[in-house]
Amino acid sequence: MSTVDPNNDAGGDDLRDMVLDAAGRLFADRVGRELWQATEAGEFPRADWDALVEMGLPRALRAEADGGAGLALADGLALAELAGHHALPLPLAETLVGNHLRAGLDGGVDDGVVTLAAADSRLQLRRVGSGWRVDGTLDRIAWGRHAAYVIADADADGAPQRVLLAADDLDWRHDASLAGEPRDSARLADAPVLAAADCPVHTPTVQHWGALLRALQAAGAMRRALALATDYANERRQFGRPIARFQAVQQQLAAMAGEVATAGTAAEAAARAIAADRDAALMIAIGKARVGEAAGRSAAIAHQVLAAMGFTQEHELQYFTRRLWSWRDEFGAEPHWQAIIGEHAIAAGGDGLWPLVSGL
Amino acid sequence: MVSFRFDPVTLPASTLALRDEVRAFLAEELAAGRFTPHRNSWGTFDAEFSRRCGERGFIGMRWPQRYGGCEASALDRHVVIEEMLAAGAPVGAHWIADRQSGNNILANGSEAARASILPRIAAGECYFAIGMSEPDSGSDLASVGMRATRTDGGWRLNGTKIWTSVAHRAHYLIALARTAPPGDDRRAGLTQFIVAIDAANGVTTRPIHNLYGAHEFNEVLFEDTFVPDDMIVGEIGAGWQMVTGELAFERSGPDRILSTFQLLRQLVARLAETADARSNVAVGRLVAHLVTLRQMSWSVAGMLERGASPELEAAMVKDVGTAFEQEIPEIARLLVPEQASLTRGDLYGEALAQSVLSAPCFTIRGGTREILRGIIARGLGLR
Repeated sequence: MSTVDPNNDAGGDDLRDMVLDAAGRLFADRVGRELWQATEAGEFPRADWDALVEMGLPRALRAEADGGAGLALADGLALAELAGHHALPLPLAETLVGNHLRAGLDGGVDDGVVTLAAADSRLQLRRVGSGWRVDGTLDRIAWGRHAAYVIADADADGAPQRVLLAADDLDWRHDASLAGEPRDSARLADAPVLAAADCPVHTPTVQHWGALLRALQAAGAMRRALALATDYANERRQFGRPIARFQAVQQQLAAMAGEVATAGTAAEAAARAIAADRDAALMIAIGKARVGEAAGRSAAIAHQVLAAMGFTQEHELQYFTRRLWSWRDEFGAEPHWQAIIGEHAIAAGGDGLWPLVSGL
Repeated sequence: MVSFRFDPVTLPASTLALRDEVRAFLAEELAAGRFTPHRNSWGTFDAEFSRRCGERGFIGMRWPQRYGGCEASALDRHVVIEEMLAAGAPVGAHWIADRQSGNNILANGSEAARASILPRIAAGECYFAIGMSEPDSGSDLASVGMRATRTDGGWRLNGTKIWTSVAHRAHYLIALARTAPPGDDRRAGLTQFIVAIDAANGVTTRPIHNLYGAHEFNEVLFEDTFVPDDMIVGEIGAGWQMVTGELAFERSGPDRILSTFQLLRQLVARLAETADARSNVAVGRLVAHLVTLRQMSWSVAGMLERGASPELEAAMVKDVGTAFEQEIPEIARLLVPEQASLTRGDLYGEALAQSVLSAPCFTIRGGTREILRGIIARGLGLR
């Protein structure tokens, strides 16, 4: 439970609402079948990315002096939920957090795409003179081929060290997520490091940040999938009435709503925890694990309600559900995070369980 | 259209201090050996424990001081309830009166009813049962057949209530009865009455033993039972609105999340030596569910505190929460190779047995899963 209120500043609320309203309108204007299909065909929709840049969204978490909006962290992270709600096929969530993390690396900011290294990447740092060189692999990096920078936690003689890498010189091997978004890999051999944090990294790690983003995006996408499924149930008529009138359909959608509400609660709680710097690692583990579970169940119910129509290219539901199926796996699927939570709980012991749970 | 919200709640320092106070009280009770924490918390009737809660001001907390309350917030009440249930405290005697009957009387009762009953509830001395279901009226509550007929200075009730928990030890129940025959609107013509459970006044309770042999619920028969006018709750004919309004309080509390928490606690203790990757994942999953449900339940408490009536959100908490409660024994039994037993004498085996045997009722009591999902579906605009 949060004991500090990150939103207690009325001015902050106004700014947050202004940014989210404007972003919501921009996403609604630009995101649709055309954009989704272009991205899946391998194109980077430069004009749409430029529109996000022009609105200042990728650097919304940076200070005004850096050309940012100076949004509070919890408020800025709401953009990730909103991007998920629109299935925005652009690396906004990654760049938003990437630019935030970059403030603690080289302090720079520009209009390039910043992406985050997923859990499976393995990087070794070596001291060379006063700088670092890096070897290893970057595995299934979101939007890698379009990125200017990658932020990763690399291993420096057993201690994790956060690094900023240049992405555009890398030889990216192209691959895609289930939603057709780029997930690219690269091998690094004696590659340069643009900047390294001057102390070893503690939590939240880059993986925590990535997991938080995917949890928020998935919560947003689930919210939209529920809306699409309820709208469809009210429109589609069988046996002389809308299928929404059948209890079998109502019961399924009510169960889905429970999952969607739970996912939203879990993801937002994780975002507040990281913003308040309070139990962030554990709350992100809980958020990603719970959202991941809800994602699969929600997608299954939405498809059952939309039946054959939802299983086609025609209906937009699949742009949301294919993202859900990708996002639940990325930056650690449920068992990865559940094991961490479970270890924590079992270490707390029977008598320590309630103090642990009620302290969150 | 999708119109549910679970806003976060910020706990004030006073609520956190109250949590420490309740924990200290429960630790004293435990140290004195006054309760066994692994048993069914709000199903355990212990009048002495209720009196001690009353002395501490832990019952009827939100009510005005003149009725024995402390004018505490919904958040304060929530923290007390949550700590009691998490500790497995025997809160069953005052549970119904504190959770719903007292609130109903405070909001809708006569001044005479408030003045004579609420202070005794708050003192932990006066217990209530719920008189809603009947042999032919369960989920379809508007079909209740109990008749109330006008008489000098009050009403006479005739009919039968059933599944009435603790009626054999409670002082009163609030009966939902028909004061007018059903018309086009079946929900009209229903009225709530505070009825003293008194054999001399035509009230007979008959035990119904549940599937594990415990006597918790009853059948209650009413024969020409007299109820004075000042024991009517609210307007004549307005019972339905009150009953449904009450349910937001009944459905979203920690009692819809923590029914099998004692088993989870015993499971975690039992795994201390034997935890492996599989049990870590399984326990981690349950804890992720619990932490998130707790946030949702607290969020509803925050909405109640702000005066909102979050009926949709409350239904969601109960639907998701009770499914979680039922899942704990199903998962525990796969992790620990030990048979459930009420009698073998170990805490884990007994908690497992209790949980397995009581689990079916979690998704029935206080509104079945199907009724709740119907309410949620209405909230989604599907009906």
